[in-house]
Amino acid sequence: MLRIDNLSAWYGEAQVLRDVSLDVAAGEVVTLVGRNGAGKSTLLRCVMGLHPGQRGTVELDGRDIGRLPAYRRARLGLGWVPDDRGSYATLSVAENLTLPPTVGPDPWPLERVYEAFPALHQRRDSAATTLSGGEQQMLALARVLRMGARLLLCDEPTEGLSPLLVRQVGDLLHEAKRHGVTVLLVEQNLHFATGVADRHYLLAEGRVVEAMENSEVRSRERELLSYLGI
Amino acid sequence: MTGFLQNTFNGLVSGAFYALLALGLAVIFGMLRVVNFAHGAFYMLGAFGAYVLLSEAGVPFWAALVIMPLGLGLLGMALERAVVHRLTRLDPLYNFLLTFGLTLILQDLVKSRYGVQSSPYATPSALSGSVDFGLFDFPTYRVFILGFAVLVCVAVWWTLTRTRVGMVVRAATERPELTPAFGINVGRWVTPVFGFGIALAGLAGVLAAPMRAVNPLMGADLIIVVFAVVVIGGLGSIFGSVAAGFGIGLVQAWGEAYLSSFPIVSQTIVFVVMAVVLLWRPAGLFGREEAPA
Repeated sequence: MLRIDNLSAWYGEAQVLRDVSLDVAAGEVVTLVGRNGAGKSTLLRCVMGLHPGQRGTVELDGRDIGRLPAYRRARLGLGWVPDDRGSYATLSVAENLTLPPTVGPDPWPLERVYEAFPALHQRRDSAATTLSGGEQQMLALARVLRMGARLLLCDEPTEGLSPLLVRQVGDLLHEAKRHGVTVLLVEQNLHFATGVADRHYLLAEGRVVEAMENSEVRSRERELLSYLGI
Repeated sequence: MTGFLQNTFNGLVSGAFYALLALGLAVIFGMLRVVNFAHGAFYMLGAFGAYVLLSEAGVPFWAALVIMPLGLGLLGMALERAVVHRLTRLDPLYNFLLTFGLTLILQDLVKSRYGVQSSPYATPSALSGSVDFGLFDFPTYRVFILGFAVLVCVAVWWTLTRTRVGMVVRAATERPELTPAFGINVGRWVTPVFGFGIALAGLAGVLAAPMRAVNPLMGADLIIVVFAVVVIGGLGSIFGSVAAGFGIGLVQAWGEAYLSSFPIVSQTIVFVVMAVVLLWRPAGLFGREEAPA
């Protein structure tokens, strides 16, 4: 579904991605793991079209989207779940949910979103930034599901969440996957990653240094944890 | 008491002009991050356009009230496409140079054709005379301005808070770099929003024509206070710009009425208020601190 070939990216003079190639098949959940500064978030931003300095190929369903502006990529089915949760303070919860136009074959109706997230229903007329961190994370995920995105790009969705909320995020990703949604995930929490993902890419200093099946990550969990410095 | 009410009413009427101009500046800044120093020149063009339409083509006030905002809105959109959009990637200094340069060009074009003397513009006959409020009379035309400006502000507020277009504008104003990731073509809204802000300035200009002296520098005199208003309300805050517009109108009118024996105070009171507000709330009364980039 998503194919990245020889992708390089820069922040000014500094190169942060070096010839990254990877692919994600339809229906897969794939994580990007690596230390801080390995280039994981930049990679996601390149896929979404939010990083200006890049070179290489980004293909969605065989179509080169590397030159398309971010809004066109979103309309092709990319769902952006940013690391700061992307809540709009000047929009109500309901407006945050309905801001993106619906795309793709299977957008969640608003009623279904509210059924799955009663807290969002209860607070639908409040400013989104008055929600708790966990609720804002749910809002960010619910927003792209309501939009009907086929490929979710999630940047550390569990960061700063309590174990209970981390499990809820996991359940939600499982459910999305059951409905055929594909997920590319940046994740520091290796335990969470192995619970939801099929495959993993290990990034270091802007390169993909290893591609691993989930079973391999499980068996090497201790070694990887110490490598990641967690 | 009567005098106080009259001063208050006069303050609200000047506040109406500040509010309309500041509102236009606020929507433009919110969407484009451009401070439009040429806003006063478009206000002047609104008034001058109405004057030229009437004196050279016999077009009445009511028609000018529609024609000038529309025409200037289109001119604004053309300017946005031609030059203003180039500012997005440049140092903010260019923002000042471009919009201030536009001001000088527009002012001098009008000056070279019509000179610097003020031209009279007759109050439309339907709005001449005065309204009896019991305690005092007030010119009908000023009552009209106040009502009309409040109506426009409410309509803009309604559009921004209750419609999908307004939601998109709010989202793009708050998070310009994030919003495209949700499938919103922010660029498509930039030109119309700029044109709309300019149209509001033109509208204020037409409204001013029968009340104030129409001359090429009328915008330059007013815009300094309008910028104080925008800073007090909070740059980019829609509600703040309108509230501060009316508030400053009142402060100025009361200052002129009750502090007239201290001209130095009554003439600078707006800027004193601005300085105090900035010391107390650096982002303005209703502004939000810009998130660090």
